[in-house]
Amino acid sequence: MKKDTRKNKFKDKFDFWATNSEEGGWNISSTDEGSQKMLEEENAKQIKIQTGTDVIDDFVIDEDTSDDERMIVNMGPQHPSTHGVLRLQAELEGEVVRRVKPIIGYLHTGMEKTGEELNYFQGPTNTTRMDYLSPLFNELVFSLTTEKLIGIEVPDRAKNIRILMTELNRISSHLVALATGGMDIGALSMMIFGFRERELILNFFEKTTGLRMNHNYIRPGGVAADLPDGWQKDIEEILKIIPEKLQDYDDMLLDNPIWKGRLQNVGILTTKECFAYGVTGPSLRASGHSWDLRKAQPYSGIENFEFEVPVLNEGDVFARWRIKVLEIFESLKIVEQALNKMPKGPYKIQDKKITPPPRKRLDESMEALIHHFKIYTEGFKVPEGDAYVAIESPRGELGCYIVSDGSSKPYRMHVRGPSFCNLQALPVIMTDSPIADAVAAIASLDPVIGDVDR
Amino acid sequence: MYTPDNILTTTIDKAVRWSRTQSMWPVTFGLACCAIEMMAAGSAKYDLARYGMEVFRASPRQADLMIVAGRVSQKMAPVLRQVYDQMADPKWVIAMGACSSTGGMFNNYALVQGVDHIVPVDIYVPGCPPGPQSLMHGILTLHDKIMDGEINR
Repeated sequence: MKKDTRKNKFKDKFDFWATNSEEGGWNISSTDEGSQKMLEEENAKQIKIQTGTDVIDDFVIDEDTSDDERMIVNMGPQHPSTHGVLRLQAELEGEVVRRVKPIIGYLHTGMEKTGEELNYFQGPTNTTRMDYLSPLFNELVFSLTTEKLIGIEVPDRAKNIRILMTELNRISSHLVALATGGMDIGALSMMIFGFRERELILNFFEKTTGLRMNHNYIRPGGVAADLPDGWQKDIEEILKIIPEKLQDYDDMLLDNPIWKGRLQNVGILTTKECFAYGVTGPSLRASGHSWDLRKAQPYSGIENFEFEVPVLNEGDVFARWRIKVLEIFESLKIVEQALNKMPKGPYKIQDKKITPPPRKRLDESMEALIHHFKIYTEGFKVPEGDAYVAIESPRGELGCYIVSDGSSKPYRMHVRGPSFCNLQALPVIMTDSPIADAVAAIASLDPVIGDVDR
Repeated sequence: MYTPDNILTTTIDKAVRWSRTQSMWPVTFGLACCAIEMMAAGSAKYDLARYGMEVFRASPRQADLMIVAGRVSQKMAPVLRQVYDQMADPKWVIAMGACSSTGGMFNNYALVQGVDHIVPVDIYVPGCPPGPQSLMHGILTLHDKIMDGEINR
């Protein structure tokens, strides 16, 4: 009933534009002054809305259907359970959410525009800050796209290091998702546990890359530095400790009647809805569709590793929580294989035009000094063309599209963020469910607002 | 009995300052990458509870300290100011990380170039993102500042 009235409203609006344009067709831009002024006013309003000084409230309640029970509630942007600065406008009928609208843009950083001002060598510095829970994936996808444009292949060791680091990153990202998901529902022990295990992996990252987050480690042409001395020992420790701790989580939550009762049959997302909204990653696999880009479109030599893609059929919040635990086990398998078959050799491509020479060479060779200077000031040039590469980030398909005009900076860089697409399914999950389940639904989708807004 | 006027005053001063430093409740204002490190500082390994600070209040009315953790966009700026205004005096602000201190590497149309354009900042914590240790150093520096400063600010 309600949907029909909305459709009619849209139709009226469309008819107005169609009949008022001079072409009498689809063209809505007009040359006469009145319409021009109207368009300008509309633009000014749009700018106000986009900058947040004016918030459009399109929840106009129809008079015939409205009663005193309906009420509009704002959640966020400053709210501890919205995973950053997501804002939700929910229309409630009693305790039941009838409609919900996510409002994004509170963390818009203009990174795609900044990406056009940085050259390809500096690019990962920018992209790593997009999805701040999986920084290495952002660097990897940018580097893979740049390498595809140039047409180079990195050495085997670099590929293996990339897989090792990204899979460790997947574990740390899922651990945060489990931790914050637990915290939102009230399982505060989970929060403490998740962050405790994450420290273990971050310590290894700090040792290797120099930073706990935002590493800028994977760069076009390879990785920034070789693995540190004694890295095998650290990885072995991680491989030993994490499964034990995951067992603790299972003991605590898997058969916990409160946890199950709170999460099972809540926020169900069907496979069909996932396809309609472009939901990818663990949320899609929890809805019964086996789709993992590591298997479907292997990147960086991941086809040489043996692992399974866990799939669950329930599609509820519990399944989305469970699948993250299962994926950690699979990632551990990949890390173990990467540890055992790490090839020897260079960790970055031996092309003087693309990777800077080692520091020691600068004292000996004039040519090395020139190359070093050119790469750090101008960067390397990339042939004209465009390329799109997608990889499986902890949240789904992370894609990067770069258009090159032949200079050392991208003409256009666009990132397909998985959180952005997954967030579109939030109204589907939340509609006609109690307001108390809203927080569980947001946490299960695991959106990172840095990736949504960029 | 003669008591010098200022003895009692300084003692209360000290007591007030001390009590302010020992139970300083931050408001949750996690924005971006730094928020994750702020959460890490609050959890098991680093444990902000040692300074009486583990209670991150969701309501600004109950908070004394705002840790601006992350980049502040133009759209977020009015919200940030409103949360600051809603906090009860006395209140302090820590700008955590390069972005909230200066705009960081994002010198573009979308970001506020330093949160000190909007709210007065007491401590700037450098880093991108600053580790939990850096944040703790910032907090301890703020404690020193409170201990040395005036009580009616």
